Amino acid sequence: MSRRLFIGVFEDEDDTLNAIRASRERGLKIVDVHGPYAFHGVEEAMGLPPSRLPWIVFLLGLAGAAFKVWFEFWTTAVDWPINVGGKPYNSWPAFVPVTFEVMVLCAGLAAVFSFLIVCRLYPGKRAVMPVAGVTNNRFAVIVEESDSTFDVAEMQRLFRGFHAVHMEEQIQAEKQ
Amino acid sequence: MAEAATVLHQPLVHGEKSLAQVTAEITAPLEKRAGPLWWAAFVVSLGLLALGAAAIGYQIAVGVGTWGLNRTVGWAFDITNFVFWIGIGHAGTLISAILFLFRQRWRTSVNRAAEAMTIFAVICAGLFPIIHTGRPWFAYWMIPYPNTRGSLWVNFRSPLVWDFFAISTYFTISLMFWYVGLLPDIASVRDTTHNRWRRRLAALFSLGWNGSYRHWQRYEVVYLMLAGLGTPLVISVHSIVSMDFATAILPGWHTTIFPPYFVAGAIFSGMAMVLTLMLVARKVMRLEEYITLNHVEAMCKLVIATSGIVGLAYATEFFTALYSGNAYEEFVFFNRALGPLFWGYWTMVGCNVLVPQLLWFRAVRRSVPAVFAISILVNVGMWFERFIIIVTSLQRDFLPSNWFGYAPTKVEIATLVGTFGLFFTLFLLFCRFLPVIAMAEIKGVLKHGRPILEASDE
Repeated sequence: MSRRLFIGVFEDEDDTLNAIRASRERGLKIVDVHGPYAFHGVEEAMGLPPSRLPWIVFLLGLAGAAFKVWFEFWTTAVDWPINVGGKPYNSWPAFVPVTFEVMVLCAGLAAVFSFLIVCRLYPGKRAVMPVAGVTNNRFAVIVEESDSTFDVAEMQRLFRGFHAVHMEEQIQAEKQ
Repeated sequence: MAEAATVLHQPLVHGEKSLAQVTAEITAPLEKRAGPLWWAAFVVSLGLLALGAAAIGYQIAVGVGTWGLNRTVGWAFDITNFVFWIGIGHAGTLISAILFLFRQRWRTSVNRAAEAMTIFAVICAGLFPIIHTGRPWFAYWMIPYPNTRGSLWVNFRSPLVWDFFAISTYFTISLMFWYVGLLPDIASVRDTTHNRWRRRLAALFSLGWNGSYRHWQRYEVVYLMLAGLGTPLVISVHSIVSMDFATAILPGWHTTIFPPYFVAGAIFSGMAMVLTLMLVARKVMRLEEYITLNHVEAMCKLVIATSGIVGLAYATEFFTALYSGNAYEEFVFFNRALGPLFWGYWTMVGCNVLVPQLLWFRAVRRSVPAVFAISILVNVGMWFERFIIIVTSLQRDFLPSNWFGYAPTKVEIATLVGTFGLFFTLFLLFCRFLPVIAMAEIKGVLKHGRPILEASDE
């Protein structure tokens, strides 16, 4: 299925933010916004739900720590107990440092890999950008032309009010 | 048009810059051919690296008998260098993670290079535990894996095993933190470079980043998560390194002050190394407008703060030894200050406690040559701190019949020099092939501290 998109290009973060807010106030659907850096307030303006990544990180970190405590206990006190300087086999305090490190490692790996998976980023992937320059000095606001009531001329007037430097319509063949 | 000026903040970057200008100026060193200065530095670093590689090759072939160790001083140069390099790495994480959590926006100019420094320093540090086993081809024995020697596992109650986990985790997390931070900048390089090969490589490593705010949102969460995980990691890694010593019963090592003392020392030496590198980089790569004297001054303030903590730790150690009434403990500290290695002890005190006091003066903090000299002296002092702690405690322990001296051999000195070669070679390559300053973050703070222009009605 194809859909028509209206893209406004801006050079300033405040203009971009205002353009997003104004579009949302008119009930338009913001497909995506692209830009060279993250700035405050853009997610709220776009209406993105909060990311669930912290939960994945928390759960996998916890799982890593739990596994490590069990593993240390099993190797040291069950599978092959060795008397080192008369220390107890099951000396819990001595397990704390490694457990902590493994928890951090699992949480960190979980954070990065789930980020890459959720965003579908992988080595060699061709970057699909709406207009040139969004990784350098331009911000692009992409609005969906939902139905026949969408007024392109009015949209251009609106975005020009926020100092848009370029505007264009695109037809997207299928969902990104 | 109404204009509201903020009085609380100074601009972080000098000059009114556009976003495209930031990309162009920061990626300029990548696009140009390397100058004679870079080549000179690179050839020297590569030479030192070759010397170190030869020394390591020789000691692996012949054995650790090529080192100056003896039955009394069983740890010396190797562990000194290990602790020194790990410490250097810590300032990178401090700048990138801890200052990020404290919303210190000035960090954006220096965090990228500091994180790179962390990774290279940890690589240098990691070499020592591997080569000091004497049989590095068995280094994988440090990993707990099901082996064919019966159900023999590593000893999880040993601080040396804790160390293995701490260092490998620290390296992995630092590397991921650095790489995730680089993603948007590699994408900028991909989209702005004129060189075909650079574009292809950047396309491979930018993972298809397209600046979508759906990605930016998650990127920010991941960055915050990694900063939050990296912060306790800094504290834990050097605390664990210090436990290698503190869990021994040797006077001068067996103290509870070690973990915080080591962490402060690590940040102190790392900050000095960041300053050394940044002062050269800003000059050579013409980044004075991005790494301003305000940045140098802020880092100097961290140096003097950590110098104070380190100085307090030296005094506390002495006081505790005297107050404890333990003859062995007292002796160790008198031996440090007045024994055969007294010159090393006083170099340490001079460079770490006395010299940084100059940084109380604003004129010194804003003088590039002065700060450069102080930063190098601090690194010398911090290397001696580790050397003094390790060697003086071992050199004269409980029984005078055990007492023996220690002097490094040429092989040990060449290994130390070689790690500096490795560190600078990697850093110089980094400066040539990746943006030294986090462009995506700098672009976000361009407006910081500048008058806010309110749009007038059209």
